[in-house]
Amino acid sequence: MIALLMRDLRLATRAGGGFGLGLAFFLIVCTLVPFGVGPQAEMLSRIAPGILWIGALLACLLSLDRLFALDFEDGSLDLLATAPLPLEGGVAVKAAAHWIATGLPLVVAAPLFGMLLHLPSQAVPYLLISLLIGTPALSMLGAFGAAITVGLRRGGLLLSLLVLPLYVPTLLFGAEAVRRGAAGMDAITPLVFQAAITLLTLALIPFAAAAALRINLR
Amino acid sequence: MSIWEYANPVKFMRSSGAVLPWVVAGAAACTVGGLIWGFLTPPDYKQGASVKIMFLHVPAAMMAINCWFMMLVASLIWIIRRHHVSALAAKAAAPIGAVMTLIALVTGAAWGQPTWGTWWEWDPRLTSFLVLFLFYLGYIALWEAVENPDSAADLTGVLCLVGSVFAVLSRYAVNFWNQGLHQGASLSVASGERMSAIYRYPLYLCMAGFFLMFLALLLIRTRTEIRIRRTAALQAREAR
Amino acid sequence: MSLLAVHDLAVARGGMRTVEGVSFALDAGQALILRGPNGIGKTTLLRTVAGLQPAVSGRIEAAPDAIAYAAHADGLKTALTVTENLRFWAQVFGRTEITPAIEAMNLRDLTQRPAGTLSAGQKRRLGLARLLVTGRPVWVLDEPTVSLDADSVALFATVVRAHLGQGGAALMATHIDLGLPEAEVLDLTPLRASTASKDVKPAGFNEAFA
Repeated sequence: MIALLMRDLRLATRAGGGFGLGLAFFLIVCTLVPFGVGPQAEMLSRIAPGILWIGALLACLLSLDRLFALDFEDGSLDLLATAPLPLEGGVAVKAAAHWIATGLPLVVAAPLFGMLLHLPSQAVPYLLISLLIGTPALSMLGAFGAAITVGLRRGGLLLSLLVLPLYVPTLLFGAEAVRRGAAGMDAITPLVFQAAITLLTLALIPFAAAAALRINLR
Repeated sequence: MSIWEYANPVKFMRSSGAVLPWVVAGAAACTVGGLIWGFLTPPDYKQGASVKIMFLHVPAAMMAINCWFMMLVASLIWIIRRHHVSALAAKAAAPIGAVMTLIALVTGAAWGQPTWGTWWEWDPRLTSFLVLFLFYLGYIALWEAVENPDSAADLTGVLCLVGSVFAVLSRYAVNFWNQGLHQGASLSVASGERMSAIYRYPLYLCMAGFFLMFLALLLIRTRTEIRIRRTAALQAREAR
Repeated sequence: MSLLAVHDLAVARGGMRTVEGVSFALDAGQALILRGPNGIGKTTLLRTVAGLQPAVSGRIEAAPDAIAYAAHADGLKTALTVTENLRFWAQVFGRTEITPAIEAMNLRDLTQRPAGTLSAGQKRRLGLARLLVTGRPVWVLDEPTVSLDADSVALFATVVRAHLGQGGAALMATHIDLGLPEAEVLDLTPLRASTASKDVKPAGFNEAFA
């Protein structure tokens, strides 16, 4: 399993791996929003929690459609499915690699981009914590969507349609936590709910995604 | 004789063909009767004539949710027992459910405008219906996208299971996010006195009508799907 | 006890039976070559044996974790070097030693090259070297010698022979002569699933229906 994790991370950082693309996309979203809504600081600081969360979510989604598709095309997935490693474990590891390569940089960069959007400073810890709790669920749910659409032509668009509704609870609690943090209110409750959803996702989705992969390999 | 015998396509075609005319007739009678009865009810003292949208809105909303539930059960039957009719019934139900959701949303908007003064509000119930609509769209799109019918049935089945979990999560998550304008459940055992009998009985009739209408559409669409699959099988056999 | 035994196997592609009534057994040291025209279901049969898809009917008996499968696609990452590719697969299969595989497939001069820069034949050799690092006794190979030159085919034959000599077995599908005259050949042509035998009585409808 560690071998698979290391391979995926190595691939992500090699040429053509797309490492950092998600981050760049996140930056662009955060840059474009002020062009769309105007530069007033109070307006931006009010919508910053939502924009940051949606930007992170879209950046995460962007890199998902290749998660299994590359392995599917070059035959690695067939070989992984016949390997001693259970496919559920393979799915979990690949989602983890995706999170380390895409989700974690977003978490680290988010406070910086929060400054661009005038995010109130008391909200920054909540932004960090909610992204840290929430992005693993985004990667895992995305892995599920990628597993379902792996054999399809034009899978990318369908992937978004399938995965985005699944992101609703995570996004909702995440952005709510940051909003409450910004307003100086108690943000523990949404964070706890978000953590519960992430744990549920991590526990259940590998099985669903592995089932979908097996169906697609037939 | 077990209920699973109806999972045999031949038997299903025979029995569904026999009951279909009765279901269609019942659906037409109940829906038309209920809607006319509902239209003739006196205007509400607070909401005026706009309350009559209820006779479309409530049954459609009810069927929108029940249809997803039916798809969930059908998907489980397919995944566990591999009955093709079950998978095709789930496939056939999805567009009906999507349309029911759309009716509930549109009539809700038309009702909300005079009552709340807005077409749309990010209220938990409205929002969760919109999310439900998105789930329906994704489900239908996945059926369309996968070429191998058995794989499509399996994948949509898995999606339906996961989607159900997250639809329920979203439903309660949005409660947390916004308390909302929407009134509570229109009908419930505990609050039978909340709606006067003048409205209640035509509403029951409309609900029965929508349920039968769903059943009739479901049977017709499932029969069509079975015929399509059979035609494809025959063509494939001819071609070799 | 044979390494792999197949009894009365039928497989389907796209919901249509392609070949049925396939039975064979592979003992240690045996190689079996499947032949037959395009579309008869050689690849489907191999994927079924490898456990990637369910059989329509029949039984497959093999020890758990006995089969190494190699298909048209080699499962190589173009951005990784030859060594990295091999080491990854060795680790997935719980092994560490990759040098013998590199030696056997004559890849020593290429170890530091990214797999993306290899020629088609070199990639194929790397894909076959992957089989060696799995350490599994039963090789299930789909067109193993596609894009190999004569020398490499001979090399491949040597490697397969060595594998058989160590108590392994190989099941291969190919149109090309593999240079393995000792291998048995199973022609699938007479086993093509017949349309006439398909029963249309209600009990069989679920399957006829697909």
